[in-house]
Amino acid sequence: MASFSTTATVADPRISGGDDGILPPVLGGGGDDRPGPGLPDYTTRLRRARLGLLVALTPVIMLFVSFTSAYVVRQGLPTFDPRTNTMVHDWIPVALPKLLLINTGVLVLSSVFMELARRQIKGRAALAPATSRAGVSSGDQILIPWLAMTIIFGLLFLLGQWTAWRHLAASGFYVATTPSSSFVYLLTGTHAIHLMGGVLALLAAGVASLLGRSLMTRSIVVDVTAWYWHFMAGLWIYILCLLEFAS
Amino acid sequence: MATHEFAAQEAHAHAAPQGFIRKWVFSLDHKVIGLQYYFLALAAVFVGMFLSLLMRIHLIWPTAALPLLGDIKPETYLTLVTMHGTIMVFFVLTTAPQGGFGNYFLPIQIGAPDMAFPVLNMLSFWTTFLGFVVMIAAFFVAGGAPLHGWTGYAPLSAVQSSGPGEGLGADLWIISIAIFCIGALMGALNFITTTLDMRAKGMTMMRMPLTCWAWFVTAILGLLAFGVLLSGGILLLMDRNLGTSFFVPLITMNGQVTGHKGGSPLLWQHLFWFFGHPEVYIAILPAMGMCSQLLSVFSRKPIFGYKAMVYAIMAIGFLGFMVWGHHMFMSGMSPYTAFAFSIMTMGIGVPSAIKTFNWLGTLWGGRIRFTSPMLFAIGFVSLFVSGGISGPFLAQPVLDIQLHDTYFVPGHFHLIMGVASIFGIFAATYYWFPKMFGRMMNESMARWHFWFSFIGTYAIFMPMHYLGMAGMPRRYSTLTEVTYLHDLIGLQKFITYAAFVTIAGQLIFLVNLFWSIFKGKKASDNPWEATTLEWTTATPPPHDNFGGHTPVVHNGPYEYSVPGAPRDYVMQNDPEIEPAH
Repeated sequence: MASFSTTATVADPRISGGDDGILPPVLGGGGDDRPGPGLPDYTTRLRRARLGLLVALTPVIMLFVSFTSAYVVRQGLPTFDPRTNTMVHDWIPVALPKLLLINTGVLVLSSVFMELARRQIKGRAALAPATSRAGVSSGDQILIPWLAMTIIFGLLFLLGQWTAWRHLAASGFYVATTPSSSFVYLLTGTHAIHLMGGVLALLAAGVASLLGRSLMTRSIVVDVTAWYWHFMAGLWIYILCLLEFAS
Repeated sequence: MATHEFAAQEAHAHAAPQGFIRKWVFSLDHKVIGLQYYFLALAAVFVGMFLSLLMRIHLIWPTAALPLLGDIKPETYLTLVTMHGTIMVFFVLTTAPQGGFGNYFLPIQIGAPDMAFPVLNMLSFWTTFLGFVVMIAAFFVAGGAPLHGWTGYAPLSAVQSSGPGEGLGADLWIISIAIFCIGALMGALNFITTTLDMRAKGMTMMRMPLTCWAWFVTAILGLLAFGVLLSGGILLLMDRNLGTSFFVPLITMNGQVTGHKGGSPLLWQHLFWFFGHPEVYIAILPAMGMCSQLLSVFSRKPIFGYKAMVYAIMAIGFLGFMVWGHHMFMSGMSPYTAFAFSIMTMGIGVPSAIKTFNWLGTLWGGRIRFTSPMLFAIGFVSLFVSGGISGPFLAQPVLDIQLHDTYFVPGHFHLIMGVASIFGIFAATYYWFPKMFGRMMNESMARWHFWFSFIGTYAIFMPMHYLGMAGMPRRYSTLTEVTYLHDLIGLQKFITYAAFVTIAGQLIFLVNLFWSIFKGKKASDNPWEATTLEWTTATPPPHDNFGGHTPVVHNGPYEYSVPGAPRDYVMQNDPEIEPAH
């Protein structure tokens, strides 16, 4: 029964995503503009990375949904006051520093820079096969360092958040002063840690450039980081609205 | 890390790494990572089992001084309870079926060369390993390990002065679980992306083995649940170390005002059980998938109702997120809320019953081969039914008020979540061992292991139901001090003796495992005559799983006893079978 072989060898090894409308990831195209059997091509790697990011954002959403839930519940909880023998509410709304609005502007601007960086490197990656051929030039295109500007504005945002924390402390609101201040520190701090992850990813893309990693690889890193960055910007606006309007 | 990830994807397509460190320690190969998870869980299960042994000894000989450990104080007993539960739930039941077997076999069963993100996969394992080290470290710090139970109920867990072990030990416990959550989330990310994006040509979703479905849905559960537990852990750490009051009301602890006010212990319970109940399915779903697979293979029949099984897995996963409140019937919740949680809980019985009847339907009329994996798979079904039947009792608030915090509860959850899942792990070990190590396990020892485990398990956990109905509370370290419990001590002694015998049976497994790795009979590529893709490749599988080939799938995963086929099974990559006329 020769037809009952254990593995099928295919001349054009394509792995499909099966049914359900998922595009087939093509193997064999090579990763860095170079042919190589078994290497996923650029489109496949990009799609896979984006899917991975989408999945990775789910627990981040769940984390902040949990915090929101705790925020709403804790806000409504009374506590016993032994001086008056009554149940009172200990939720004292925190006056958020105005600096947070400036920080929001900085983060949104960094998100715009990030998008420009993503489009820039994507365009370069798309042209790479053509420009790699002898005699083909991409012209005298001036490359604006959007990525570096994103990092700078991202760091500015983090610095701004740190300064806002100092303003809060100066006005007498520490982590344990009141449950509302606890949540301000918790939500802004957790968001900042997540944003630092984005900054590290962008720095990694920069280092990858210095290490001579391929344009395709950097393009994928920048692409998924951009979507992550936009998500972080949106998340920050949500947090700010929660702290401002649901307090 | 992202750039390393993509570089790793490129590297994996080339030669296998050489050198011990890259090949066996910081390996990017999903098969090696699967083995790492498996052996981590194996180490953890023996730690957890040893702790349970100490508990059982103390319960019936409360004044006995143990070698090296001396007297066991009540707080030490609670520490044993806490660490046993935590280690077993996180580092065994969550780690072995998903991290171990899932990592090893998911890519091969869907025809992929590796996981989608190999570096993340490696980090996932080492993060989990770090979590285990931190957890064990809790034993060795001042005050020792915590005593707040695996559920970490506040305010006991949220105030450092609440008892011995609630200082640094409890901090390490929380940090360990937080680390574990991060590792599990990285793993879940890989499982989902790999399943959706790396299936071989022809491997449609509805041609995936049920194991893959189970791992996939389990990963989704983990993705949604572990983030919530992580959030609870962060809040708990803040309450303990920064003076916040998320979970702690105005209370005195050991005669002193704690300084907290306004927090709610129930808030912790909601966050914990929103994770905790899906965790039950995170532990049991992979076992369901693995045993479904085995029942079909060794009955030489297609699985009964494949689509119904898939939908049942999804339904169990979905409903698993709707029922966390049934752990909190005693918390004073509104009867209407309790009613809603009760109805949803009993609703899970429907997809569970579908699965059970389909397993029986698969066995019915089959040409059953009573191999050791099959014995454990049947044992799994038995335990699932036995443990499941007591579920509807606890799902009813009125009965739960009587049975809550009695031995009925550990009897129930050990059967359905603990031992049933462990039987799934054993079944999978005996089944896939030839593929993983290229040798067969000793069948005689395996059978002895099965009967020790099967009889021993029932002898331990069935009497606990009676103890619970008789009103014996769980977590009591000394039973001799309570008059009305005296008549039940005999049953407790029986349980302890049964535990001795059962643990002895596990030593048989341990000997068999390591003996067979080196001395077992050489295995062929497909010793069980099974159909899924892992049996189409070499034993053990090569670095890229299929030796430079890419499988193309033409058939479903359970084509056994196909009329007109040249043998009684048709492999997934065999030419498409024609329907018989």
